[in-house]
Amino acid sequence: MKYIDEFRDGEVARKIADRLAIEARGDRQYSFMEFCGGHTHAISRYGVRELLPVNVRMIHGPGCPVCVLPIGRVDMAIKLALEHEVIVCTYGDTMRVPASDSLSLTKAKARGGDIRMVYSAADALTVARDNPERQVVFFAIGFETTTPPTALAILRAQREGLKNFSVLCCHVLTPSAITHILESPEVRQYGTVPIDGFIGPAHVSIVIGSGPYEHFAEEYRKPVVIAGFEPLDVMQAILMLVRQVNDGRAHVENEFTRAVDRDGNLAAQQKVSEVFELRPSFEWRGLGEVPYSALKIRPAFAEFDAERRFGLGYRPVADNKACECGAILRGVKQPTDCRIFGTVCTPENPVGSCMVSSEGACAAHYAYGRFKDIPVVTA
Amino acid sequence: MNLGGIRKDVSIELVPEAQVGDYVIVHVGHAIGMIDPEEAERTLALFGEMSAAMAAAEPAP
Repeated sequence: MKYIDEFRDGEVARKIADRLAIEARGDRQYSFMEFCGGHTHAISRYGVRELLPVNVRMIHGPGCPVCVLPIGRVDMAIKLALEHEVIVCTYGDTMRVPASDSLSLTKAKARGGDIRMVYSAADALTVARDNPERQVVFFAIGFETTTPPTALAILRAQREGLKNFSVLCCHVLTPSAITHILESPEVRQYGTVPIDGFIGPAHVSIVIGSGPYEHFAEEYRKPVVIAGFEPLDVMQAILMLVRQVNDGRAHVENEFTRAVDRDGNLAAQQKVSEVFELRPSFEWRGLGEVPYSALKIRPAFAEFDAERRFGLGYRPVADNKACECGAILRGVKQPTDCRIFGTVCTPENPVGSCMVSSEGACAAHYAYGRFKDIPVVTA
Repeated sequence: MNLGGIRKDVSIELVPEAQVGDYVIVHVGHAIGMIDPEEAERTLALFGEMSAAMAAAEPAP
């Protein structure tokens, strides 16, 4: 397909790799965090890591929407389905996120909950129109990319005067998560997670623009290169980061100019700010409570806020003790550092959230990389 | 929208300027941005330049 195939050319990837090998200085290490799960997936799927010089290391970031969704939030959605008997609509990946009592939305559905997978927020609206006698809640998750469609759904519900539609809003914000990582003790004090720069998200940046990253470059002296989701985009962005580090520069650069500019999608931003406001604090799986890192529905749209309509309170729940998702989401550990990776915890039976979505660090490594580092044992 | 042969309805409410024939980036059923063909060519040319630079850097036989 046009604009895809050209950006997956293996020959060109090798040439960028050769250039990287020349320009990455042998006397130092380079550690870059790819914030976004889309990049984590691309790096694993296309074997980008194998094309990098040994002293260039990629650290997976927390930019995988279902990975950072804490158990307590999934519990709220399950409660809505099983106790309030509403129809809960949500994105496919969200269905399998482990929750309390060994449940997930999929398992709650097996117990009789009316839980439906939808492709978009607009489809949840259709479910509400088709079931006027039932309450329908859209369990909305994701970063700045999925937020504008949720805003559109709420605006449309208001226009149509829908009385049976509301949203359990769990939308989170990329810049606050990056700040949180840069402020974390692992990065600031102990240096256990060395970060020399970031690959900035592709689709998130289409919406918010490259402007919001300028603060990290200036304040924390960390270069940021926004990259597309194709393997050549990632390779080129890594090369641009190596060049910035070598030159002692810390700027925001944009490799994904075919879709990202400095201001982003202003129409989308306008819809989001019309419907949502900042939440003072939100719990992320792995990162804990992060101030001003998420959105909630404005009081003017209170009737579409499922938390208010059903009087839902948030109760934090600790992750499974054996699970290392928290440390993996902070960049402190790799999937293979987890004792249950690939044995107890697999994509078919995920214990931790990083094994659920194909964007999760564990699922991506399980699908594309595990045979490289798990010894073959004959039965 | 036509996705490599698959036809699918998507909302263009977030990119009202999109016209038939344009390439859009789709996320959860909504076009969230457009592809700028000139910038795409420029990025590809950047990859190409690298190849040319590498070829030029190789020692003559």
